[in-house]
Amino acid sequence: MSAREVALAVGARLGEADRAGLNATLAWSEAALLAEAERVDALPGQGPLHALPVAIKDNIVTTGLPTTCGSRILEGYRSPFDATVIRRLHAAGAFVACKTNLDEFAMGSSTEHSAFGRVLHPMDHARVPGGSSGGSAALVAAGVVPMALGSETGGSVRQPASFCGVVGVKPTYGRVSRYGLVAFGSSLDCVSVFARTVGDAARLLGVIAGPDPRDATTLSAPPITPHAPVRSLSGTTIGLPREYFPGDLDRGVRAACDAAIARLRELGATIVEVSLPHSALAVPAYYIIAPAEAAANLARFDGARYGARAPAGGDVRALYRATRGAGFGAEVRRRILVGTYVLSAGYYDTYYGHAQAVRRRIAGDFSHAFAGGVDFLFTPTAPTTAFKAGEKTGDPVAMYLADVFVCPASLAGLPAMSLPIGRSEGLPIGGQLIAPPLAEAGMLATAAALERVLDAGAEVR
Amino acid sequence: MTWETVIGLEVHVQLATRSKMFCGCSASFGDPPNTNVCPVCLGLPGALPVPNARAVRLAVRAALALDCSVQEESVFARKNYFYPDLPKGYQISQFDRPLAIRGRLVVESADRGAVAVSIQRLHLEEDAGKLLHDRFPGKTAIDLNRAGMPLAEIVSGPDLRSPAEARSYLTALKQILVYAGVSDCNMEMGSLRVDGNISVRRTGETTLGTKTEIKNLNSFANLERALTAERDRQQALLEKGGRVEQVTLLFNAASGDVRPMRSKEESHDYRYFDDPDLPPLVVGPVALQEIGAELPELPGAKQARLMSAYGLGAYDAGVLVSERPIADYFEAVCRAGADPKSAANWIINEGSPYPEPASLAELIGLVAGGTLSHQAAKRVYPELAPGSAPREVAERLGVLQVRDEAALRRWVDEVIAAHPGEVARYRAGEARLLAFLTGQVMKRSRGSADPKGVQAMLARQLEGS
Repeated sequence: MSAREVALAVGARLGEADRAGLNATLAWSEAALLAEAERVDALPGQGPLHALPVAIKDNIVTTGLPTTCGSRILEGYRSPFDATVIRRLHAAGAFVACKTNLDEFAMGSSTEHSAFGRVLHPMDHARVPGGSSGGSAALVAAGVVPMALGSETGGSVRQPASFCGVVGVKPTYGRVSRYGLVAFGSSLDCVSVFARTVGDAARLLGVIAGPDPRDATTLSAPPITPHAPVRSLSGTTIGLPREYFPGDLDRGVRAACDAAIARLRELGATIVEVSLPHSALAVPAYYIIAPAEAAANLARFDGARYGARAPAGGDVRALYRATRGAGFGAEVRRRILVGTYVLSAGYYDTYYGHAQAVRRRIAGDFSHAFAGGVDFLFTPTAPTTAFKAGEKTGDPVAMYLADVFVCPASLAGLPAMSLPIGRSEGLPIGGQLIAPPLAEAGMLATAAALERVLDAGAEVR
Repeated sequence: MTWETVIGLEVHVQLATRSKMFCGCSASFGDPPNTNVCPVCLGLPGALPVPNARAVRLAVRAALALDCSVQEESVFARKNYFYPDLPKGYQISQFDRPLAIRGRLVVESADRGAVAVSIQRLHLEEDAGKLLHDRFPGKTAIDLNRAGMPLAEIVSGPDLRSPAEARSYLTALKQILVYAGVSDCNMEMGSLRVDGNISVRRTGETTLGTKTEIKNLNSFANLERALTAERDRQQALLEKGGRVEQVTLLFNAASGDVRPMRSKEESHDYRYFDDPDLPPLVVGPVALQEIGAELPELPGAKQARLMSAYGLGAYDAGVLVSERPIADYFEAVCRAGADPKSAANWIINEGSPYPEPASLAELIGLVAGGTLSHQAAKRVYPELAPGSAPREVAERLGVLQVRDEAALRRWVDEVIAAHPGEVARYRAGEARLLAFLTGQVMKRSRGSADPKGVQAMLARQLEGS
């Protein structure tokens, strides 16, 4: 199939998804698709992702389509440059299929906080697809695109991957360039990937990973070379952190995890119990650190140079107030307020300083576990399956707790992934693998081995 | 009741790099508005800063020149505030872990002699843009060419005791930074900017008085004027039993007084925190040694060397090292064979435009050898275009020393004839008139006569007949 034919097919599927009311896309056009296809067909050879359409979360800047971050304040904004990950996709022969809906500025766990409306769960429209990369997750789950880019700050790819029944991989912090990813929590942000299979996710991650002179935080590490498929996990030790299997864990999730652990054992892995005592503090620490960074990162949206500008009389302060008051949604405003507060004079040590200390403890727990002989950790990705739309929007803390199992690896900067391990009442359940720094290849190989022996579409008992 | 003034300066210098602090945009001055900009310095969504290694190097050089201790690991921090000239809504600076700390700069004070002024810290940061209020009627325009320019902020201790000392400090600081090639320190182009902190206290007190900060000190003279005005204001206030309030002031160069900024402009809580986009800045021992090795000889050391190597006095050596090109020129003239003391005199007294070193050396030789009078040489000096030989220029100007007896004799006779009164008085014993008459002969020869020969011949003629 030529890239042009792929483009037309993808366009047709995107149209269907939009007509079905999924609300997963924020921007795409047949013209843009054809332009991308023309570019791919003109490439000299065939790259590793030749003619593959990739959906892009709308907080990754693209010159071909607008970038809004799901916010009124950037409505219609067109970036003059492509993110490094977009350039790498292009170089690999892939093309941008569309921009996907998200929680505004990636702040949320359900993709209900987009200024452009919520994304529907493709299997049950009354439910959420998870978030904040809900649009990307939904499009992959619905079969519209084979793979997609999302972004993680505190689990925003793994958690929707779990809810939607697809594979979601967050690399080591610094593995993938953040240049062109609109910043939320800069010390946490990672461009991350969705695919329907572990193999596809590995291919996509392999293409976008690697040092970038434009991002001073990227690591100069050897590339992620896929391991040969492994059929046995003998010699691999997998740790089960007891704090991630609380007594009140959803019964379906618990059962799916037990089944997956049994498969891992059958594959020859050694299963051990470990403790990550500070992980319980991850969500509170996260909700200090990420908003603090976000408050600074979002200060640039002031109406002075680009994006929306509210009509305002008076001085420049009035312009700022009007633009930011009207341009940001409630959740974004809440986090900017929290972030400003925790850094303000007299409160820094109590909140931000303290949260950073907790963050170091959380990372220390992981290092300790890995140093103790554990190769990977296995946990549920989320405490529940996809919840109903509106169920948690009135209770921010309940919403934040949807990320309780994914936040710790984010704070520790570790690679982690979610893969489908079964279904409960028809809804997908994800299992999470967490790896030591830069151990993506081994983590993906382990996940692939588990994927081969699991029937992820089956109902758990 | 006597008062003591306490002053510390915060100086921003723009580092002499080709590109900006965190992006590749040109750091040139005076280009049309918003032409040296890119996603990074415009603060566009998704853009990220990458430190300019050259700027770091220059800042380390400055730190070494100021005897600072360079921290092996320093940290960039975000200083948060909203202002239209600040595209990201925060400035990347350094806060609790600056690049360098604890330096010193020796300053010559008229009152106290040589004073070692402490440098508290030197840190790297980026500049903000510029608001233009005069481009469009009723509107403010933003020029972001300057946004992201690399700056070093150098903070002195409260060690200066008068506005004049503050000026000397700034002069010495500028000199050393220009020497080290760190910055051109051009105040008109904004590459040297100064804020002054000042307080007064009764003589003998050891605790500091309440200080005020004066911003917008845009010249050496204004620094001294503003600090003087503020010192006088604080003293008058305290003498009347009032209290100094800690405020930020703006100096009005036109009226010569200071006025407080509106409180809105200063009441910032900057909410500093480490910039997560930038890993800690590491300057290891090897790099430090390398940068130290590229540091040129600094003014103090150079002055001492000129004194010992060339036998110059402190004053002359000081004038020569005031600007590195002048000191370099002096040494080039000496290398070309000139007598150092003569070279120093010529350079200090005649100044710019300077002839080529070899030309000046030759000129000095012609004077020493009696071919040119000093007076004639002064006429030749400004005519020494590049590549021209002093002897030829002197010939062209007709000022080569004349030793021809007949010619001298003619001038001498003419002068004796023209000044019968002075001649009579000389003969009556007023010996000092010989100098006057010699001068008259020199004048008549338009500087070309050999003054020694003239004087001898005059004496002979006046006594003989």
